[in-house]
Amino acid sequence: MTEPLLDAPLLDVRGLTMRFGGLLAVDGVDLTAERNRITALIGPNGAGKTTIFNCLTGFYKPTAGRLLLRHPTRGPIELQKLKGYGVARTGVVRTFQNIRLFPSMTVLENLLVAQHQALMPKSVFSFAGLLNLKGWRAAEASAVDTARDWLRRLDLLAVADEAAGNLSYGMQRRVEIARAMSTNPLLLCLDEPAAGLNPRETRALAELLAGIRAEHGIGILLIEHDMGLVMDISDRIFVVDHGARIAAGTPAEIRNDERVIKAYLGEPDADDATAGGGTH
Amino acid sequence: MAAPASPSTGTPIPLAHRLRDAVIAGLVAMALAVPFLGLRTVNLDQGLVVQAKLAYVPLAGAIVFLGRLVLGLLAAPLAKAAAPLTAWRPPVSAQRLRPWGGPLLVLAAVALPFLPFANRYVIDLGTTALIYILLATGLNITVGLAGLLDLGFAAFYAIGAYTCALTTTQLHWGFWPALAAGGLASSLFAVLLSLPILRLRGDYLAIVTLGFGEITRIIILNWQGLTGGPNGVSGIARPTLFGLTFDRRAPAGGQTFSDLTGIAYAPEHRLIFLYLVILALTVLAAYTVARLRRLPIGRAWEALREDEIACRSLGINPTMVKVSAYATGALMGGLAGCFFAARQGFVSPESFGFMESATILAIVVLGGMGSQAGVIIAALFIVVLPELARGFADYRMLAFGLAMILIMIWKPGGLLSGRLPTIRLSTAKPKPVAEAA
Repeated sequence: MTEPLLDAPLLDVRGLTMRFGGLLAVDGVDLTAERNRITALIGPNGAGKTTIFNCLTGFYKPTAGRLLLRHPTRGPIELQKLKGYGVARTGVVRTFQNIRLFPSMTVLENLLVAQHQALMPKSVFSFAGLLNLKGWRAAEASAVDTARDWLRRLDLLAVADEAAGNLSYGMQRRVEIARAMSTNPLLLCLDEPAAGLNPRETRALAELLAGIRAEHGIGILLIEHDMGLVMDISDRIFVVDHGARIAAGTPAEIRNDERVIKAYLGEPDADDATAGGGTH
Repeated sequence: MAAPASPSTGTPIPLAHRLRDAVIAGLVAMALAVPFLGLRTVNLDQGLVVQAKLAYVPLAGAIVFLGRLVLGLLAAPLAKAAAPLTAWRPPVSAQRLRPWGGPLLVLAAVALPFLPFANRYVIDLGTTALIYILLATGLNITVGLAGLLDLGFAAFYAIGAYTCALTTTQLHWGFWPALAAGGLASSLFAVLLSLPILRLRGDYLAIVTLGFGEITRIIILNWQGLTGGPNGVSGIARPTLFGLTFDRRAPAGGQTFSDLTGIAYAPEHRLIFLYLVILALTVLAAYTVARLRRLPIGRAWEALREDEIACRSLGINPTMVKVSAYATGALMGGLAGCFFAARQGFVSPESFGFMESATILAIVVLGGMGSQAGVIIAALFIVVLPELARGFADYRMLAFGLAMILIMIWKPGGLLSGRLPTIRLSTAKPKPVAEAA
């Protein structure tokens, strides 16, 4: 973290609102995510976390609000104005709560598909590729190198040529992160990356995310239910409940925030005052 | 409370169950036999009369009862016998031969017309098979790689054929420019068609493409002024070899193949030439597809088949990927159509009905979605098998259907259902050190 902090956050979300018919799923949420920082988005089930993610990454068009990405080379970009796939092209890349790999393609192929945007012009709309020209071969070799680096990093080299769908759940989670990272993102959005992982795998994930934060100068935005992981690695936490932001702050501040405790554990009843025991 | 028994687990089904099952089958057969077998129309002097021949009804019932019973008793041993067939994979030693398979096959195909047993019939059959291989190679891009079910592929075949027919008869183009025009026109129509239907998937997409196939055929049938309607277009230019024709006598200002080479004129020469032209087109198409699979566009096609949402999350524009898959597939369909028109010298809407679309799709599905070798095997199977079975006259389609059913039971994913990776980390060349530094 030797790089000086930019004075403005990488992603600036103002008044994000998403309405499905009569249901107000997200109600005027403000959110920021910075480079070299891990930002967590937490909240009880059904609070609207994944909806916020879907708006951020172009899967939903928000009803209202402004999603400003400060792109280092392209300048400020308003994400809500882009087409769905356009958001990923700005460098905001996500993973999914229920893993979405290309199951019958190999792990390496998954990582090469992720580099489609960079490779497509190099294949000159397939013509250079069809003729197997030198420029294309070099571009492909460097894409394979990028993929190989991430496979090594995530300890997936041994299964690089296996069909992604045949891997264990924990491995598939890692492939999805490797795939997102090989797009060379600015902001990595992870939707419950620790879901279904055992404690050892969760610890490895925490180390990995901390490593990415330290080395790659990118922002990480995280939805997670594993409070141990969130409190451990997050620099800043946003809490949403019923579609609205109820708290924001450092892990220590959030841990002691009364509204957060209330949202997670409910209002203490008069005859049940001893309920709960800290965040789980 | 018997546990559900299946042939594979080996739990025996009690005989009483088998008997009851067979009796039910027999009764159903008897009910069906009354109108089909029990009543006959006979042409007597006083006109057409219905005669009851109810003796057939119990006979049919008895045959089905016995058949069902025997089948039930044999099910377990049959499944056991078929198990190795289902699980069969090419041995590892065969994998080393894989890179040689393609070139050897091409060599064999080139040699075919010059072999002693190759008569007009064999060459003609080979040409037909190659047309279907080319068509199925095109459809394989859309269906097998990109996963977009297309039930109206014959439309692109028809557009290619009619483009060729009309440019050569109305504009007096030669075969080769018409071939290019046929492929491009077909591709262009595919782009126009795919734009409105991109939001659809699965069953809905299949129905719309089915409709498009029929609409194309009906427009051709009714646009008398342009297409000649049901009469078709005749007098389509024959393929030429650098301007040489394969006729007995040279056209005005032209030269024939036999004039130039001094080889005595033989009508087979034209057939062999046609065969080699379609072979070259097919090999070129198969090579192109094999290369495309290894390129970003080909990987995007497969990724789209696997998960469209994941594609979008990686910045891939699904619209462009779908349009390119349709256009590339249609290009090959158009080339095949154009060649078909030039070979026949005549086209009519009848050649491009739904049966044609269904046959091409059957080749792709039977061969194993996405597999080029599978397409070749299945096309040979579908074109050659009905020919071999000509001796069985009316029963050949029945035998054909039976063969299809058996393949679907034993090889539900198609003959060659395994997917080959387009790249392996172990064999991918690392970037040269000097460049990486």
